[in-house]
Amino acid sequence: MENKVSKNLYMIPYALWIILFVIAPILLVLYYSFFDIEGNFSLVNYKNFFTPVYLQMTLSSFWYAFLITAISLLVAYPTAYLLTRTKHKHLWLLLIIVPSWINLLLKAYAFIGIFGAYGVANNFLEWIGIGSRQLLFTDFSFVFVSVYIFIPFMILPIFNALDNLNPSLLYAAKDLGASGWTTFRRVVFPLTIDGVKSGIQVVFIPALSLFMLTRLIAGNRVITLGTAIEQHFLVTQDWGMGSTIAVFLILIMFLFMGLTGFRKRGA
Amino acid sequence: MKNLFRAFLAIVIVSVILIVAINRLNASQGFSGSDTLTVYNWGDYIDEELISRFQEETGITIIYETFDSNEAMMTKIQQGGTSYDVAVPSEYMVEKMVEEDLLLELDHSLLPNMQNLDERFLDMAFDPGNRYSLPYFWGTVGIVFNPTLLPEGTEITGWDDLWNPAFENQILLIDGAREIMGMGLNTLGYSLNDTNPARLQEALDKLKELTPNVKAIVGDENKLLMQNEEAAIAVGWSGDAADIMWENEDIDYVVPEEGSNLWFDNFVIPKTARNVEAAHQFINFMMDPEVAAQNTEYVSYSTPNKAALEFMPEDMVEDERFYPEPELTELLEVYENLGQQNLAYYNELFLQFKMYRK
Repeated sequence: MENKVSKNLYMIPYALWIILFVIAPILLVLYYSFFDIEGNFSLVNYKNFFTPVYLQMTLSSFWYAFLITAISLLVAYPTAYLLTRTKHKHLWLLLIIVPSWINLLLKAYAFIGIFGAYGVANNFLEWIGIGSRQLLFTDFSFVFVSVYIFIPFMILPIFNALDNLNPSLLYAAKDLGASGWTTFRRVVFPLTIDGVKSGIQVVFIPALSLFMLTRLIAGNRVITLGTAIEQHFLVTQDWGMGSTIAVFLILIMFLFMGLTGFRKRGA
Repeated sequence: MKNLFRAFLAIVIVSVILIVAINRLNASQGFSGSDTLTVYNWGDYIDEELISRFQEETGITIIYETFDSNEAMMTKIQQGGTSYDVAVPSEYMVEKMVEEDLLLELDHSLLPNMQNLDERFLDMAFDPGNRYSLPYFWGTVGIVFNPTLLPEGTEITGWDDLWNPAFENQILLIDGAREIMGMGLNTLGYSLNDTNPARLQEALDKLKELTPNVKAIVGDENKLLMQNEEAAIAVGWSGDAADIMWENEDIDYVVPEEGSNLWFDNFVIPKTARNVEAAHQFINFMMDPEVAAQNTEYVSYSTPNKAALEFMPEDMVEDERFYPEPELTELLEVYENLGQQNLAYYNELFLQFKMYRK
């Protein structure tokens, strides 16, 4: 009996947290999305979302988020694999994570300098004979900086998954005559797929609603749903439309979680 | 137990001493005295020497605080944590603060130096009769450019020149719907306060044609980018232009011949004011011709103080980039409050312009 009471007591902080900071905000966003700019109840925001402007924006958000996630994964998996093979793996892992402690804006401003017309990157291109070119305010620089910012979040779960892999499984595969590639394809990758999935989730979802970088690095040449939300809340003060976009983002995220498999199988 | 009690007692004694010390310090700096004045201004927007001079002349202690956006300033005044006596909002914010009932009416009899102000800048639509505000500095939206980076044989005198194909990928635009849509409207010869949907659409189509020349649409970073010669041309405020020109002497500024926006930063007295008399004294002091001249030389924005011009260096007063000729000033317009609905439409079109790819 007493056990049950104390258990319920422990539940209080969790329940409060969920209600105040998860359920209430989502409901508020949903509530605001039903008001037009004059404060009248209407569905006009939802209608507006299905105009070419916002649909195109959604598509381009998806495209860039996909690019960022795919490139992060391509770089992160081999890196994580390599890290688990090193002697002081946790030290190396820490070094990769350290940049994520630095403020995002600071890193963005640093990249403005690096990618600038007279920046380090162009000096290097000049030196190897390619000649300087415009790097700042291009799709390339936007994707590059985003990948740089998100990659620690991709490496961590993959690293953990690889680290938990029982080495005897690899020996068994080798014993049974599997080649290196087959071992990877049939044993290592399937066993670390959960790490890959959580990596994709933590990168793809925030990448969908990036906003500061679109101005600082891409010079507003890339417009994502996040940019539109920022503009509606801060400039237009059309909270209804901003909330409607947010509602669609939340829906997309739930859909995405469902597709990538939210449930964890095994360990 | 005894030790614990002693430790507790020590903490109490130290706390009491600290509280007394804080009170003393506050009193000595004038925070609780009646003869203080809290001024709330944009960062680096006054010659600090003038603050000391005002303090010496009047014996009033000034507490000077700064803000970096109109919205932030209004929020702080609304919350009322600090009792600001004088603040300096831009013109559209004056209108908004009057609507929200945040301002006190000015007592013009306490402001004899008002007569020094140029009549052109008084009695504007955002505050008829200057009941709540008096202009502190003014400026324009225009084109900042670096002649050393421009292709040969090109020049810039107006908005229309920006569409020159020679400027491919060379222009930085400011990230503001009113500014950029206004530029589109002005180029076509319309008012930048136009709300006719057909004309706004026309302006958008015109802006879309500019896309190949646009390098980026940025915020305050444009100063840094222009100083570092990342781009040859930027559309922005004359105040920023003065800052950029200070850092990089090659750079020039022009008020477009088709017309443009005219903006003001204004003295107001918020409802939170505790020392209303001193607030008037301070505003009056800042409008003194010699004081205003010295301040303008420091800040380098354009002063609305006509009498001050005589005390300023000639090359500064005759600089048409910052004191455009009357014919051009005629073409400058102040932003009107277009209402939420129209503002939303401006932003919607601006978003479409940003989405448009070459």
